[in-house]
Amino acid sequence: MMLFQVRGGVKLSYRKELSSESPIVRMPTPKRVCIPLQQHVGSPAEPVVEVGQWVGKGQLIGRAGRGISANVHASISGTVIAVEDRVAPHPSGLTQLTVVIESDGADRWAELPQPITADFPLPATPKELNDRVAAAGIVGLGGAAFPSAVKLDMRYKYSIDTLVINGAECEPYITCDDRLMRESAAEIVDGVRIMAYALAVEHIIIAIEANKPKAVKAMREAAKADSSIRLVTVPTRFPMGSAQHLLLAVTGRETPADKRTAEVGAVVHNVATARAVSMAIRRGEPLVSRVVTVSGLGVREPANVEVPLGTSVEDLLTFCGGLHPVPTLLIGGGPMMGAPLPSVHAPVVKGSSGVLALTASETNEGPESPCIRCGKCVTACPAGLVPVEMAQLIRRGDLQGAKAIGSQDCIACGSCSFICPSHIPLAHYFSFANGKLSALDRDARQQDRIRSLVQARNERTAREAEIKKAAAAARKAAKAAAAKATAEPPTQLLEEST
Amino acid sequence: MDANMMTQAAQAVGAIGLLGTGLGVILGVAARYLSAPVDDRTEAIAALLPGSNCAQCGYAGCKQAAAAIVDGRAAPNCCPPGGASTAQRVAELIGVRLAVDGSDTALPTVAWVDEARCIGCTRCIRKCGSDAIVGAIKQMHTVLPEVCYACGLCVTECPTNAIVMKPVMPTLATWHWPKPAAKRPTAAA
Repeated sequence: MMLFQVRGGVKLSYRKELSSESPIVRMPTPKRVCIPLQQHVGSPAEPVVEVGQWVGKGQLIGRAGRGISANVHASISGTVIAVEDRVAPHPSGLTQLTVVIESDGADRWAELPQPITADFPLPATPKELNDRVAAAGIVGLGGAAFPSAVKLDMRYKYSIDTLVINGAECEPYITCDDRLMRESAAEIVDGVRIMAYALAVEHIIIAIEANKPKAVKAMREAAKADSSIRLVTVPTRFPMGSAQHLLLAVTGRETPADKRTAEVGAVVHNVATARAVSMAIRRGEPLVSRVVTVSGLGVREPANVEVPLGTSVEDLLTFCGGLHPVPTLLIGGGPMMGAPLPSVHAPVVKGSSGVLALTASETNEGPESPCIRCGKCVTACPAGLVPVEMAQLIRRGDLQGAKAIGSQDCIACGSCSFICPSHIPLAHYFSFANGKLSALDRDARQQDRIRSLVQARNERTAREAEIKKAAAAARKAAKAAAAKATAEPPTQLLEEST
Repeated sequence: MDANMMTQAAQAVGAIGLLGTGLGVILGVAARYLSAPVDDRTEAIAALLPGSNCAQCGYAGCKQAAAAIVDGRAAPNCCPPGGASTAQRVAELIGVRLAVDGSDTALPTVAWVDEARCIGCTRCIRKCGSDAIVGAIKQMHTVLPEVCYACGLCVTECPTNAIVMKPVMPTLATWHWPKPAAKRPTAAA
């Protein structure tokens, strides 16, 4: 199949061999899990359990909030011992509302919805399937954690004709999708067919990077189940796994800036998401675990582990033999787009594709030196931006200037920072600028709201003063009339008496 | 004689009238075409400021502050309750570039009522420019933090010192990366 040229990107040394040959192992049930109520893009889920309550595995503990949100389920059976703020797997080290469950050791499932086991065509409407995916709390497992049901709902807003399944896995070290494709290809393809049915699309494309030949083979075999599935091998180049870039590579459709892929008629889902969808429909199981790659030279036994959500990074690292040489950096996600973990107490969440313990030899944090204008960042930028100029504007405080040349189209892939020979933290500048710009936007909206309240109050007080004045005048007039009335009778009386 | 006087009076009245009309027309035209432009930026800036006349900027009210900003006596970011976004908008209006370098480390604040101390006198409610305080007589009051713009008028008004300004802590939804630390090479000599 013809592939389309994608601009920019970088060649990386992948270091996937550390974990790519270790089969997925199930982690034993941890003693305790801390399940954050926001593991997805959108508004946090609201807790529906109380401290002291027993919950079964797969029981709903957080109901999706308003707007874009997702359900959260218990990943083990046991007792809820706290619903409180705990450290989030977020570089800020801030806390978030978390349900803490202590295991009862039984790992007993709660009552699950009736599975749909019938073969295709499914005896369910797309709406029913979509509701089941939403109820199961499935979010994009590639890392962005966008609620999947919302994506499947796109067909009612846009005309969608293509479903792209993302098996690119372009981040170094991360091998969880690779292993999943090799070991659970049939389940993935089943999930893909369910999603295609729910979306009513004609074209299904499964895209896998060329550096995973075994996954390609397994998936090709499994994909024979449905003739409308096309399997495509895409070149190994970072960031091929970005939804917009993958879509461009396999269909030639370019997603406009600040728009979703749905606007050009395609929806992109990750392979692990497809498997989660299959589990939710075929077995009724909500999303309670995910495969995480634990890797890096700082880990004694790199592995791909199926982890109950909410397991602490500490427990996970202990399961993988602990840390070997003391690592310099602990990362949640991949080395390019992941973020440092604030603490080993942070939990594994739906969006955690990896936990990496990197040693000094694996990081490249040289001292920053002046820009030499080599232009490598411009060539590398997959979004077609000019990182060098944007960083310069941001450095001197001109965020509006940076915005004007597209800083908000940055996909934060980190290719520019990676390629920069002067070790300038370019992507960091853009994260700062875009964060600050949205903070300013939020602030402006709040100020507008406050101003309208102030105006309403001023108008109200003016009106009240007017009414008071009118009332006072009326009182005065009444008083005068009364005075006149009381003043007159005596004269009459006087007249009468005389 | 009588008729002569009448004519002279009519002439005088006519002349003055004509003069008046002529000058009036000239003045009217001049007012229209030769007028000095009124600086309407004052109005525009006043519309951007919160409009509650809290006087934290050091001027009597928002209109006066707006005039001072136009005259260059006050900085575009002189309004603490307006915050960074208002400062940006004002700066844009008067053509000044305000650098956003992330050095504004001071957290925004909002008023907070210590409920144990509140006696329910409603004095703060009457003072609050954006109706951000709810409560009734002899009922506890509380501040709606999302519409409080930290003018601080309630703090001085409270007879029991029950109101304090508290910093707004960043949350996962509002946190963003700080600006990368500038590693300036030390200038040689």
